[in-house]
Amino acid sequence: MKIKDDKKHYCLGIESSADDFGVGISTFDGTILANAVDAYIPMEGGIHPREAARHHAEVSSKILSEALETSGIGPQDLSVIAFSQGPGLGPCLRTGATVARALSSYLGIPLVGVNHCVAHIEIGKLKTGMKNPLALYVSGGNTLVAAFDSGKYRVFGETLDIALGNCLDVFAREAGLRQRQGLPFGAVVERLAQEGKILAKLPYTVKGMDVSFSGLLTAAVTAFKKGEYGVEDLCFSLQETAFSMVTEVTERALAHTGKKETLLTGGVAANKRLQSMIFSIAEEHGAHFEVVPKEFAVDNGAMVAWTGVLAYTNGSATPIDKSQVRLRWRLEEADVTWMK
Amino acid sequence: MKQPLLLGKGAEANLYLTEWYGRKVVFKKRLPKKYRPTALDEQIRAYRTVHEPQLMHEAKKAGVPTPIIFLVDRKNATIIMQYIEGRQVKHLLNKVSKHDRQSLCFGIGESVGKLHEYGLIHGDLTTSNFIQDKNGKVFFLDFGLGERTKEVEARGVDLHLMKRAFQSTHYNFADECFESAIEGYSAVMNSEASKNVFLKIREIEKRGRYVAERKNADCL
Repeated sequence: MKIKDDKKHYCLGIESSADDFGVGISTFDGTILANAVDAYIPMEGGIHPREAARHHAEVSSKILSEALETSGIGPQDLSVIAFSQGPGLGPCLRTGATVARALSSYLGIPLVGVNHCVAHIEIGKLKTGMKNPLALYVSGGNTLVAAFDSGKYRVFGETLDIALGNCLDVFAREAGLRQRQGLPFGAVVERLAQEGKILAKLPYTVKGMDVSFSGLLTAAVTAFKKGEYGVEDLCFSLQETAFSMVTEVTERALAHTGKKETLLTGGVAANKRLQSMIFSIAEEHGAHFEVVPKEFAVDNGAMVAWTGVLAYTNGSATPIDKSQVRLRWRLEEADVTWMK
Repeated sequence: MKQPLLLGKGAEANLYLTEWYGRKVVFKKRLPKKYRPTALDEQIRAYRTVHEPQLMHEAKKAGVPTPIIFLVDRKNATIIMQYIEGRQVKHLLNKVSKHDRQSLCFGIGESVGKLHEYGLIHGDLTTSNFIQDKNGKVFFLDFGLGERTKEVEARGVDLHLMKRAFQSTHYNFADECFESAIEGYSAVMNSEASKNVFLKIREIEKRGRYVAERKNADCL
């Protein structure tokens, strides 16, 4: 497929895999015109998938109009609709997919289902100018180290149980901390960690290139409940231990793959301490290091729109009857047709 | 001592080839990691430096070839060991015939079985940690993440990691390699124990993120 004028073709992308509902609009040459988002914040506890999906349905038309308004284009100008097809929470993904199918059939334009993890890496490449990085993708739902090889992003290391962001969030909740719009748990923990001084002895679990956080989380929560350390010291210790673990496996993957670029993405990428650790190993191995800008590191619609452009202009589209959401769609199962 | 030659810069340690009392040896030096807090870093490096040669020694007793250890310097986190002349299985697998590949993987599986039977876990079973010498003998390296246990959980994780390493690095014949390794493993482990390990591998896989088989959780 040859697109004559990439600047005048647009893709609208919908992201709804977890607690964020986002709509982004990208031109075919990779200019992000809009990136609107609304986060579901639970009153208490973690993300309840059905409640989050209800939130997404409620805000969908508002966020759609906001994105279109910011971009300055109308629905009739769109060439393709992309959506996060998985992995993620079922009810949340389905809400986004429903909006995407409706738009696609109403406007009579193609639909493209995008892998959420691929989208995180692709927007990172677009925003940092990297071509073929080793990516560390750390968020509330994912912790993985991946790099491209022969048609797919290969997963070199990942968590054997819970995700890094999940570990920090649950600790924060158990320690009675509060989050609010614009200041998620991760940021609260990071702030408190700066006040911490004592390094508590917590389990450090690296298995090959994989990591495990569940034992670390239990130990940190137990230490908090017993009052053995202050919350600042525990936030500090939890970060130092967990981040050292992911940094160690990232370094292993870097040495193993010999990649010359290291990309940090996902919600936890906003953490300055983690950034400094990954920077340190990239420097050690002579690899260029970049962090995805925060707006594009957290879940967002722009990453879906841009990945939709890449897939669509390389010949992929998703017919409606094949557009069911894929809750457990692993990164390495997704075809990456646009890379050689 | 001859000027040491940097053989490889791993994630954890630098490997230098040099001569030491007339022998070709490898210096494995675990360098300080700036990213970790100093206390944690020293603890990890000292532990692995002492622990690795112990496990390598025990692996020999289990019947798995490992380099001979000459010296352990805990303070400088350095190990001096025999240099094995040969090729990394990582580079061999993609080059040899299907038959040779299968027998290589079968042999690796047998060695892993011997380690497990003896109560050892390797902890990092990637193909860059196996070296085949000119006589066809496969040496196991890098026991820094290993442990002493007969727990079925640890054995399962060990094999699961090996499967993952095949999938990420040798994706064209990952299944074939892992199957051959499993055959080798079953040939040396008693059948009850190996059956439990294989069941455990499936359980561990389902515990991971995004596993299609974990259907019941999809009904949320």
